[in-house]
Amino acid sequence: MARIKIAGADIEVQSEGAGRPLLFLHGEDYFGQHRPFFEALAKRFRVVIPRHPGFGSSSLPDTFRTVDDLAYLYLDLIENMNLERPLLVGASLGGWIALEMAVRAPAAIDKLALLGTVGVKMGAREDRDFADIYQIPETEMRALTFADPGRFVPKYAELSQDELVSIARDRESTWHFAWKPYMHNPTLKTWLHRVRMPTLMVWGEQDGIARVDYARALSRALPDARLEVVPNAGHYPQIEQAAKVAALIEAF
Amino acid sequence: MQVWHFSEMAYHPAWDSLGHSLRNTIPSRACDPRVAADLYHRYLDEWALCDELGINIMTNEHHASATCIDSVVTVPMAILARETKKARLLCLGMPIANRQDIVRIAEEYAMIDVISRGRVEMGFVKGSPLEIAPANSNPVKMMERYWEAHDLIIKAMTTHDGPFNWEGKHFHYRQVNVWPRPWQQPHPPVWVPCGSHGTAEEVAERGHVIATLNTGYTRTPGLFDAYRKKAAACGRKATPDRLAYLGLVGVGHTKEEGYRRAHQVADYSRTTPRGVAEHFSPPGYNPLPVAAQVLQNDGKGLIGSVLTVQSRNGRRIDAATATVDDFIDAGLVFAGTPDMVFDQIKQFHDHCGGFGHFLMMAQGGHITHEDTVDNLKLFSKEVLPRLAELSVA
Repeated sequence: MARIKIAGADIEVQSEGAGRPLLFLHGEDYFGQHRPFFEALAKRFRVVIPRHPGFGSSSLPDTFRTVDDLAYLYLDLIENMNLERPLLVGASLGGWIALEMAVRAPAAIDKLALLGTVGVKMGAREDRDFADIYQIPETEMRALTFADPGRFVPKYAELSQDELVSIARDRESTWHFAWKPYMHNPTLKTWLHRVRMPTLMVWGEQDGIARVDYARALSRALPDARLEVVPNAGHYPQIEQAAKVAALIEAF
Repeated sequence: MQVWHFSEMAYHPAWDSLGHSLRNTIPSRACDPRVAADLYHRYLDEWALCDELGINIMTNEHHASATCIDSVVTVPMAILARETKKARLLCLGMPIANRQDIVRIAEEYAMIDVISRGRVEMGFVKGSPLEIAPANSNPVKMMERYWEAHDLIIKAMTTHDGPFNWEGKHFHYRQVNVWPRPWQQPHPPVWVPCGSHGTAEEVAERGHVIATLNTGYTRTPGLFDAYRKKAAACGRKATPDRLAYLGLVGVGHTKEEGYRRAHQVADYSRTTPRGVAEHFSPPGYNPLPVAAQVLQNDGKGLIGSVLTVQSRNGRRIDAATATVDDFIDAGLVFAGTPDMVFDQIKQFHDHCGGFGHFLMMAQGGHITHEDTVDNLKLFSKEVLPRLAELSVA
């Protein structure tokens, strides 16, 4: 594991595999469940996996306040790590960050893959596009997150205090960046025409956090997007169907 | 010692029909505005009576709750500012990290301070985790936002030379200019409820009053000591008027009558945990070790700790099933005849090294108006004069 310092943030970065550069931006939770997905990607790509400020062992400087800051951080990271026009893959919160990067610097990104992504307000003011993840009962949240929660939700009672604190910190940092407006940037939709690169959207059929209807609306709003709906998967298709999602990305 | 009467303005008529949760997710169709009007007038009458009894007045606020229909702490105080003549008026308080418009808080307090001719005490509270959802307030970095709001309110109240600029981390104004200026100079006293040593020290640094509740025999002395030590380190003596404790009171002509009243007032403690689990522990509200514990218990951990209090010798007490004697043993309730109540308060006061304010919940839940009035009158006549001799500032 390497560390990289950008704009005062001390960021944890995992790199594995070789080949075309692929930058993966993780979602708000369940980072520890991504190992099979990363291993599948590493067979074909040089996979670079940073932890967002406030997640994992990455620091959260006072100056990092919005998803905009994360977008600029990763545009800097692309330059600093010489990731020549990477395939940018973002999941959920990470997909939102990826979209913010894409509208800012479309030339810096070869292709974009969005997995269960949040970030764009599609519905009316009284519609909630994304489930209110930490304000619904934990068991209900897990059922909205996974097609098969029993297989993929960690057994929290068996985790060490350090592991629990780390997950609690990830959740806290999610709220830090995505509390209000909830999980989206109200002006992002206006600029989606700038997402000019080919875009693959991969959605779990049972995603209860950002539903497939939302994915369809988002795909229509993007200039060059194709939506793949994956059965037997929820909000994190890359966890529940790791090989299938990795294959879709490889073929993209 | 000064004594203050506190009521949450409970809407107890709906408690049975609402079931497990009394907060946040409950439909307002369970509230009959005619019943609410009667309750508001009744609670205001009880506070107004305090003015004649030598007891000061304390209000608070909660949102979307049947445990407390005082959703704007300054509204009853504005009414009481005109209805009363002598009592001091403590709002404990205003959830300053949850309010969108901070200058408006300074305006509300300044206006009531002037109407009451200088009787306002300004409470600034973090608020319970249950307040996060109704306010849609970010639970992360709340205290950072809290102290910025505090600084802005104080500056707004103490600046008398026209508008000033405020472009902080959380709040932005270009023309802060509060009218009227407050009656009390430089500003009304500030109170902060406090449950951690860190907060006690931050409050001590600023010389404000700390108030603790539900901290009982086991936790209160440590909090007061943390305050005293920090105040001393800042070169300031922590006089008793800087320390306040909230307890529930049932006083009667007989022990049985006092206990019966206390048992009803303790509805406050029993209803505290009646909410939905996920609203008790929003990520960011609690320190990470507490959040980790909640995660380990599938979100239920914190409710458990809300329910559990400790007796003076460390015995765990479940608030949902506790008897009046259990609550007395924990230092949360003071009950019985006037002599018993005085002795219990004095014992607790001495155990904590003294404090200058006793925040008395003499009304809670199902206790009737008649019982509340007698509770207040008997306390005023038989207990208050003896408490006045304790911890004279």
